[in-house]
Amino acid sequence: MRTQLSAVFSWGYFVAIYSFIFLPVAVLVLFSFQDGRLPIPPFNGVTFKWYAEVFADSKLMSALGNSLTVASLSSVVACVLGFCAAYGLARYRLPGTAFQRVLLTAPMTVSYLIIALGLLVVFNWTGVRLSLWTVGIGHVVINLPLCFAIIYASMGDHQKNIERAARDLGANNFQVMVLITAPMLMPSILAAFFLSLTFSWDEFIIAFLLSRFDVTLPVEIWSLLRSGLNPKTNAIGSLVFLISTVLLVVLELFIFRGRGKNDS
Amino acid sequence: MNSTSLEKSETRKAWFFVAPALIWTVAFFVVPFAFMAMVSLASRVSRQIVFTWDLDNYINFFSKSYLLKGLFVSLEITLYVTLISVLLAYPLAWIIADRVPRRWQRTALILAILPFWTSYVVRSYSWLLVLSSNGVINNTLLEIGLISEPLQMASTTTATVLGFVHFFVMLLTLSIYSNLIQLSPNYKHAAADLGANSFQTFWHVILPLTLPGIMVGAFLTFVLCIGDYITPQILGGNNELVLPQIIMLQLGRRADIPTAAALSIILMAVVTLAYILCLRWLKMERT
Repeated sequence: MRTQLSAVFSWGYFVAIYSFIFLPVAVLVLFSFQDGRLPIPPFNGVTFKWYAEVFADSKLMSALGNSLTVASLSSVVACVLGFCAAYGLARYRLPGTAFQRVLLTAPMTVSYLIIALGLLVVFNWTGVRLSLWTVGIGHVVINLPLCFAIIYASMGDHQKNIERAARDLGANNFQVMVLITAPMLMPSILAAFFLSLTFSWDEFIIAFLLSRFDVTLPVEIWSLLRSGLNPKTNAIGSLVFLISTVLLVVLELFIFRGRGKNDS
Repeated sequence: MNSTSLEKSETRKAWFFVAPALIWTVAFFVVPFAFMAMVSLASRVSRQIVFTWDLDNYINFFSKSYLLKGLFVSLEITLYVTLISVLLAYPLAWIIADRVPRRWQRTALILAILPFWTSYVVRSYSWLLVLSSNGVINNTLLEIGLISEPLQMASTTTATVLGFVHFFVMLLTLSIYSNLIQLSPNYKHAAADLGANSFQTFWHVILPLTLPGIMVGAFLTFVLCIGDYITPQILGGNNELVLPQIIMLQLGRRADIPTAAALSIILMAVVTLAYILCLRWLKMERT
């Protein structure tokens, strides 16, 4: 009886919290189909008109493109820089390794607002024009520590021996890095890449402060919010949710689950 | 073979690998930060930054009540959010670790983080749909006759707290779950053998063992919550501004970069203080 009661209570709690977690998203997606001017109850019926409006909105579409470009380019740069630094610090003996590790991961402990403000001040001072490039620079700053930490953590000694073997067989340094080390570390490199991608894709404050005319999607959505509640905002939000969910499912199925199997 | 020259060339190669990342971090993180610290000691004179090298901006912070209040509002919200999130997340993490069958646990966790993959801005906006005066909650309550006037829920500090809690419950659930799942079931058996009931087992055995997970999650919550601008800006309205909102206000309308820089430094000092306290506590736990 008591165990039954506690089971009922547990599942009740479980369902309650999950409802709380899903409530806003459910409302968001439902009212993106609202046949009316306002995304609030009562629900008048299904229409795809707001999605059509989103696709017809050239500003939103170019912001979407900008976001994809900035996210993928900045993630590639962050991954390459992070991988090289991890390789250098894990495979060679350098003076002050501990200090370098602290320096490389330091941006992780500082809030995005402060990183953005610092860059803004310097760009203003040096006369660098704000653009998607400056946003990209900011995004590399926040993602580089992450990429470095993830890839560095997965560099073990057992890979060192394989690298030595490759060197004995006549591979030069560059070949070892590209043909041996990088493929062996591919799961963590991909994990770092996709994490950076999602962080950059969703990042607002740096993109907001460091861009001027061309903006990324979160900034464009932000300016949509000024018009108040609007089913169009629901539609673009639902689309972003769909894209991210697909990305998450792909990641889960092909990368993280696969890695879990290799470990066990 | 000359070993020192070999070593030298090896060191040079290593620098070649590490240098780009280091240069990037110094150029776009350390230098801007140092420059911002310098600017915080300057003043704004008719839209120009003049280096006066004084502590005026910091003195202003402590003497102007609307600036200082921002910090207190920030701390208050962050404290509430952290506390409520821990209290809500712990039972959930426990249920997932203990009640949900092993092979479904991963799925349950992924489901829990799924809503957070909408854009951050959109997530706060969707709470607006729920909380606004003609939103889902008010509409439902009016419909069933529980209230006769719409409740003011959007544009309040409560809405900000709710929006934050929604996000951090997920984060804390993950962090506490990963801690719970590592505990050996032997602890529970041993406690039961020694005559503890399930509450005693939880209070004296499980909870102390999961405190590190709680602390790490709570610290992350603190840092992310106190530095956030979007959630309070969208959900909180203009009554009780948090520190990041005040910083953005200095940047936007007033173009007062020195004050914004000083406020940022103060914000960072608060986070650093929390970090040191958290580290201290973790060390004390271990010894």
